[in-house]
Amino acid sequence: MSLNIIVLAKQVPDTRNVGKDAMKEDGTINRAALPAIFNPEDLNALEQALRLKDENPGSTITMLTMGLPRAAEVVREGIFRGADNGIVLTDRLLGGADTLATSYSLAQAVKKIGNYDIVLCGRQAIDGDTAQVGPQIAEKLGIPQVTYAEEILDIKDGKVIVKRRLESGVETVKAPLPCVVTVNGSAAECRPRNAKRVMQYKYAVSPSEKAKLDDKQKAIVEKRPNLNIQEWGAAFVEADPQQIGMAGSPTKVKAIENVVFTAKQSLSLENNDEQIEQLIKELIANHTIG
Amino acid sequence: MANFYTDNKALKLHLQHPLMQKIVSLKERDFADADKFDYAPVDFADAMDNYDRVLEIVGELCGTTIAENAEGVDHEGPKVENGRVSYASGTQQNLDACRKAGLMGMSMPRRYGGLNFPITPYIMAADIVSRADTGFENLWGLQDCAETLYEFGSEEQRERYIPRVCQGETMSMDLTEPDAGSDLQSVMLKATEMPDGSWRLNGVKRFITNGDADIHLVLARSENGTKDGRGLSMFIYDKRQGGVDVRRIENKMGIKGSPTCELVYKNAKAELCGSRRLGLIKYVMALMNGARLGIAAQSVGVSEIAYREADAYARDRKQFGKAIIEFPAVREILATMKAKLDASRCLLYETARYVDLYKAYEDIARERSLTPDERKEMKLYNKLADACTPLAKGLTSEYCNQNAYDCIQIHGGSGFMKDYACERVYRDARITSIYEGTTQLQVVAAIRHVLTGTYAQLIEGYQAMEIAPQLATQKKMLDVMFSKYQEAVEAVKAVNETEYTDFMARRLVEMAGDCVMGYLLVTDASRNLSSENEAVKEAAEELVKSAKVYVNLGMADVARNAAFVATVKPADMSEYQG
Repeated sequence: MSLNIIVLAKQVPDTRNVGKDAMKEDGTINRAALPAIFNPEDLNALEQALRLKDENPGSTITMLTMGLPRAAEVVREGIFRGADNGIVLTDRLLGGADTLATSYSLAQAVKKIGNYDIVLCGRQAIDGDTAQVGPQIAEKLGIPQVTYAEEILDIKDGKVIVKRRLESGVETVKAPLPCVVTVNGSAAECRPRNAKRVMQYKYAVSPSEKAKLDDKQKAIVEKRPNLNIQEWGAAFVEADPQQIGMAGSPTKVKAIENVVFTAKQSLSLENNDEQIEQLIKELIANHTIG
Repeated sequence: MANFYTDNKALKLHLQHPLMQKIVSLKERDFADADKFDYAPVDFADAMDNYDRVLEIVGELCGTTIAENAEGVDHEGPKVENGRVSYASGTQQNLDACRKAGLMGMSMPRRYGGLNFPITPYIMAADIVSRADTGFENLWGLQDCAETLYEFGSEEQRERYIPRVCQGETMSMDLTEPDAGSDLQSVMLKATEMPDGSWRLNGVKRFITNGDADIHLVLARSENGTKDGRGLSMFIYDKRQGGVDVRRIENKMGIKGSPTCELVYKNAKAELCGSRRLGLIKYVMALMNGARLGIAAQSVGVSEIAYREADAYARDRKQFGKAIIEFPAVREILATMKAKLDASRCLLYETARYVDLYKAYEDIARERSLTPDERKEMKLYNKLADACTPLAKGLTSEYCNQNAYDCIQIHGGSGFMKDYACERVYRDARITSIYEGTTQLQVVAAIRHVLTGTYAQLIEGYQAMEIAPQLATQKKMLDVMFSKYQEAVEAVKAVNETEYTDFMARRLVEMAGDCVMGYLLVTDASRNLSSENEAVKEAAEELVKSAKVYVNLGMADVARNAAFVATVKPADMSEYQG
C-alpha cells in the first residue's frame, strides 16, 4: 500500500557542542555562534519514514518545517536523504511562537497538505527539549498519537504497529491511521545523503532563495520544476492570527539563568550490594536518576 | 561529527588541479548528459561542485559509521558457513550505508546507473575510505572491476551487470591459485565451452578478496593443452548461477574485515568476457593497473591514519614534564611521516589524472575515431599512467608501512598493546606492498620507464614549472638529485647486463620516486600558495613544509642509493648469491 507520509523537521542551533558564547547576555541563544542543524531526533523520524517508503513502493514523503526562510536547508537535507518534496512554513507573523502556537500553525499546514496517512516527527527538539509539539499537533488534528517510538514494526490494514522505548521498558502498540508518531533518538540512525539525489536536488530552492540565485542557477531551477521548495505563509494555511506567533503564545520567558553543575558531595561506599542498593534508592528518591 | 573529507584540506587542493578542466570536459563529453540526466552537470563548475558534495558524503560516512565500526570489524571478522560468507556486522552496516549513499559504481556511465565520476575523485573517495577502515576499502574498491567489465564486455553484458554494481552488488577478481600467485601465467582453473556457447569452470582459486561476491571476473584456462598466458581467457561468473563455493577463509594478519577466500568451482556456469586468449595478456593487465592505483589510494589512506594517530598521541603523551612532541627526536619522526604522506598523495593524484586522461580518450574512441592530435595525447597519457602506476603503488605502499611502523614507535610501549588503533594500522598496512603485485614486481614494471626516460621526461616537465620563491632552495636541491639519478641510470645502462639492471632496479626506481615526488610537492605547493580558496591555500602552506622536509630526506636517500650503485659492481653480485 502506498502511503502519504509527512515528516516534521526543525532547524535548530547545534546545542551539542556549546561553547562559552552560546548564550547572549540577555539569556537568549546566540544563534550566530551555533551552527544550524537538522534536529537530531527529526532525522530519526525521517529514517522511519524512509523505511516505510522502502517497504511501501509508491509512497511519498513530504518534509514540513516551520522557521526562518533558511529552514529550506532542512527540507533540502531531507530530500537529499530520500524525501520527495517539502514545504517551509515561514512568516513574520509566526515568529516568537511557543509550543502551543507552533503546534497550531503546523497542524494548520498539515491540514492544508491533507490526505496524509501518517505524520512523523522527532520526540523533541534539542533547543527546547519540551517534547510537546508532536503530541499537541495530534490533539489539534484530532488523531491518535504514539510517542517515544523506536521502530515502526508494521503498517497494514489502516493500522500502524509501533515499538515504544519507555523508561521502564519496551511497549508495542497499535494505532489506527492517520496518526502522529514521535520518534526517539534511540531509533535507527538516519541513512546518509544519497550521492545521486544530492546532484539532482542541490539546486532545489524556495522562492526566497531563488531570488538570490545567479542567472545560470535560476535557469536550471526553471528548467526543472521539481527543484521548487514551497514556501507557505500563515494566511495560506488559514491560521487564525490570534493563535499564532507571539499573540498565540501564552508562554512568556521571564528570565534564563546560566547554571553550572558542580560536584559538591562525595560519598565512600563499601563494596557490597547493600550499600550500593541504598545509594541507588537515595538517588532515585532525590531524582538524580530514574 | 568527524568528516574525513572536509577535515583534510590537502584533498581539496589535489581535486582542484588545473588538469581537472580537461579531464572533466573529456569525461563529460562537453556536458552532453545534462539534457538526459537530471543529475548530470551542466558545466565544469557544476561538475566540480558535484564531486565536492559527493566527497563530503563519503567523508561524513567515513568519519562516523565506517571509522567507528573499524575496531569491531577487526575483532569480529567475516565467517564462512555452508560455502557462503557472512561479513562482520560492522562491515555489513558499512556496505548498506554505502549503498544507500549511492557510492557504488561511481565511475560508471550514467546510462548504467553510475555517477560518471572521473577516476580522480573516485580515487579520492578510496583514499578517504581507507583512512576510516583499510580492509573495508578492499570491498568497496572492488567496484573497480566494473571498469574492466565496461571496457571489455559486450554491450549486452554491460547492460546486464553494470547496473547491478551501481545498485550495490559487490565484485571480485578471481585470479590467484595455489600455484599461480605473482606468476599468473600458470593459472590452471579449467574453462570448458558447452555446445550452447556458455562455459563451465572447474578448479580452485585461492586468496580471493571478497570471494563470495555477487559478480566475479575469473581468469581461467580456456585453451586445452596450453601452458602460458596465451591460453587464458576472462570470464564472468554470476553468483545467481551457483556452482562456486567458499571452502575456507584465510586467517590473516590484517585487513581482517575483508574476507580472503578459497573458492571451489564445480561446473560453475560462466560467460566469456571479451575475446578468448586475451584474458591475461590484455584484460587482467588492465584490471591490475586499476587495482594498483586503488592500492596506492589505500596506502595513502593508511599513511594518513598512521600520521594522525601518531600526531595526536605525541601531543597528548607527557614525559619528563612535557608533551613528547616537544622532543626533537619525536618531531623529526612526525615531520618525516607527514612528508611521506604528502609526497605519496601528490604522486597518487598525479597518477590518477593521467589514468583519467588516457581512459577518457580510450572511451571516446569507442564512440568515434580520434583525431591524430587526440591519438597522440592518448598515447602520451597512457605512457605516463603506465609509468606512474607502478611507481605510485610501489612507493606509497612502502611509505605507508614505514609510517605505520613509526606510528607504533611514537606510541612506545602502548603501541605494542592492543589498546590503540595503531596496532591495527600496522597490521593493515603490511599487505599493501604485497598484493596486486609486490613492490618487487612494481619495480619490474617501473624500471622500463627508468631506462626509456619516461620519469626523466616527467621531471623535465616539472622543472619548467613556476616555483614559489620560498621553495627556490628545494628546487636547486631537486635539480642536484635529478642529475645524480641520471648519472646512476647511465652507469647501470653502461654495464648493459640484464642481471645487473635487475639487481639495481629497486635503487633506481626509488631515486626516480624521490625526484618525482619531490618535484610534485614543490610544484603542487607553489601553484596553490595564492589560491583564493582559504582551505587550499592552507593546504599549500602545509605542502611547503612537507616539501622542505621531503627534499632533505630525498637528497640523503638519493645520495645513499647513488653510492650503492657506484660501489657495487657486476662482479660483486656473486656475494648476493646463496
